[in-house]
Amino acid sequence: MAQPGTRPVFAPWNDPEQKPLIQFKNVTKKFGDFVAIDDITLDIYRREFFALLGPSGCGKTTLMRMLAGFETPTSGTIMLDGVDIAPVPPNKRPVNMMFQSYALFPHLTVWDNIAFGLRRSDMPKDQIPTRVEEMLRLTRLEKFAKRKPHQISGGQRQRVALARSLAKAPKLLLLDEPLGALDKKLRQDTQFELMDIQEKTGTTFVIVTHDQEEAMTVASRVAVMDHGRMIQVDTPDRIYETPSSVYVADFIGDVNIIEGTVSDVTDDKVRIDWAEGQPKINGTIAGGLAKGTHVHYAIRPEKIAIATQPPTDRANVIEGTVHDIAYLGNISTYKVELAGGRMMKAQVANDRRIARREITWDDKVWLSFTDTAGVVLLN
Amino acid sequence: MNLRRLFLILTPYAWLLLFFLIPFVIVLKIALSDYAISIPPYTPTLDLSAGWEGLKSFLSELDGENFSFLASDALYYTAYLSSLKIALISTVLTLLVGYPIAYGMAQAPEEWRPTLMMLVILPFWTSFLIRVYSWIGILANEGFLNQFLMWTGIISEPLAIMNTQRAVYVGIVYSYLPFMILPIYAALEKLDGSLIEAAEDLGCSKASAFWLVTFPLSIPGVIAGCFLVFIPALGEFVIPSLLGGSDTLMIGKVLYEEFFSNRDWPVASAVAVVLLLILIVPIVLFQRNEQKQREANQ
Repeated sequence: MAQPGTRPVFAPWNDPEQKPLIQFKNVTKKFGDFVAIDDITLDIYRREFFALLGPSGCGKTTLMRMLAGFETPTSGTIMLDGVDIAPVPPNKRPVNMMFQSYALFPHLTVWDNIAFGLRRSDMPKDQIPTRVEEMLRLTRLEKFAKRKPHQISGGQRQRVALARSLAKAPKLLLLDEPLGALDKKLRQDTQFELMDIQEKTGTTFVIVTHDQEEAMTVASRVAVMDHGRMIQVDTPDRIYETPSSVYVADFIGDVNIIEGTVSDVTDDKVRIDWAEGQPKINGTIAGGLAKGTHVHYAIRPEKIAIATQPPTDRANVIEGTVHDIAYLGNISTYKVELAGGRMMKAQVANDRRIARREITWDDKVWLSFTDTAGVVLLN
Repeated sequence: MNLRRLFLILTPYAWLLLFFLIPFVIVLKIALSDYAISIPPYTPTLDLSAGWEGLKSFLSELDGENFSFLASDALYYTAYLSSLKIALISTVLTLLVGYPIAYGMAQAPEEWRPTLMMLVILPFWTSFLIRVYSWIGILANEGFLNQFLMWTGIISEPLAIMNTQRAVYVGIVYSYLPFMILPIYAALEKLDGSLIEAAEDLGCSKASAFWLVTFPLSIPGVIAGCFLVFIPALGEFVIPSLLGGSDTLMIGKVLYEEFFSNRDWPVASAVAVVLLLILIVPIVLFQRNEQKQREANQ
């Protein structure tokens, strides 16, 4: 294992010396009365793989189209490398975009598609073939150079689109739902390929996606958006482990959310009263909270242990009966009914064969978790 | 193969046999006959009651002398060439007028498009003959156009448009414009807007994005439109005879005169057969274009 502190960590957002590549300053975009982007301020750094994540209609695509130059902000400024890019038309920006539909030119071969941008640039004519070959090699498309887009598969088309948008070596590459049209297996392979290519080329990537797993896999930082606002911008692990709001906790992954009131406070430790007759939940929040504060307690199913005997060494133990079991192969999710009818989900890795599973439907079980397993949220 | 399938396949062939091949054989037969002052005005006629011998003597009397007559008289090939020239030029003119209209329609907001489409088709609700006729009122020396231009003071003498080839071009462009607009519009309308954005993203100005992406992708529509104008324009009769006057020589008019003024059915039929042979070339090319399109779309 690497020693913490000896290996350089890529986190330019924590370094005040670093100058961001892209700066959104109080950017708002309105379409008529509809506010698509609501006063966003955001910095994206060089070599980042930045994911914009949110449900459809949250404004993530609009944000990306403003970077490409297809939309102009209603107010606020967007700086690229310290220059305000509002007056720069799309064809003059050092930014390229990979479209959701790929937008490959159907009348041109794979080779000509990749060369399209280079021919429009000031690159000397004799260097274009070398660059195209390089892109073909990078995306493993050498064999398909002479084909037209309709003669290759969906996954190959996706790689042509990527090669075409990378050919001009842009400062910034925008990817609009780049893997949306691929099936699950191909999508997973391609995610790793994308990360590989991003690392090799050193380009800054901004990806738009509604698939939280995809965002978590590829991104160095994830921005969760809703209704044109940035809800949280953070690294994938922090978004998952320490969501700042119920919305983020709920949007990313599976979660149990329990509403309650703070009844005791000792330093960082709080006790949450959440249901009549149930033991209070022991949670942790930096700085503590005032007694009587209304809170949400969010805990991931995989942080909850399930046992047929009451454990003695855990801060929180809740009794219930197994209502349902979802078997997913590698893991099983247990839906446990608590006294009073509440459901709680616990997830366990299937490290034994299913025949040797000791818990089954309607069994009496004890759910347990530590006092730092969940997050206490104020809104 | 079951009966149902056989029926489905045979129906279009039966239709073609009945309404295309048989009439064509009759016309070809008349073209191979000789002129006669009789009813019908040609000889020989087939007399089935004479049996095998009758058929043999009937066939021996057919010859190709009408075709050699067409080749020997300069009138006919001049008329063919002039028709080709007029059809070609008016196709190009229709394209120049029709493409911007189709492009404008495809760029219009989606809710306007059905209305614009309707406006393009609207002239078909009036008789073709009346529409061409009304151009006389516009183009004549004392017509609306000349009156308007003289009123504005741009010209002092009326322009001689009526009874010249220019009037024929106006008539053809006007009459066949919808046939040019509709296929081009269909090609432009299904064009994915993100292709243009991709072209701009990769460094194209708006104009070069049009020439490098929009136009190449609309070529199938342009080819279809050109054939749909060129083919009927080549055999056009109404427009040159109403608007072109004696100045304009077109094969459709020659055909009409041979048939109705001279009552020389055999020569008229020969003219028709040659016209059909000339038309087969562009029709086959048109079919090939359509076929290629279908394959590309798969």
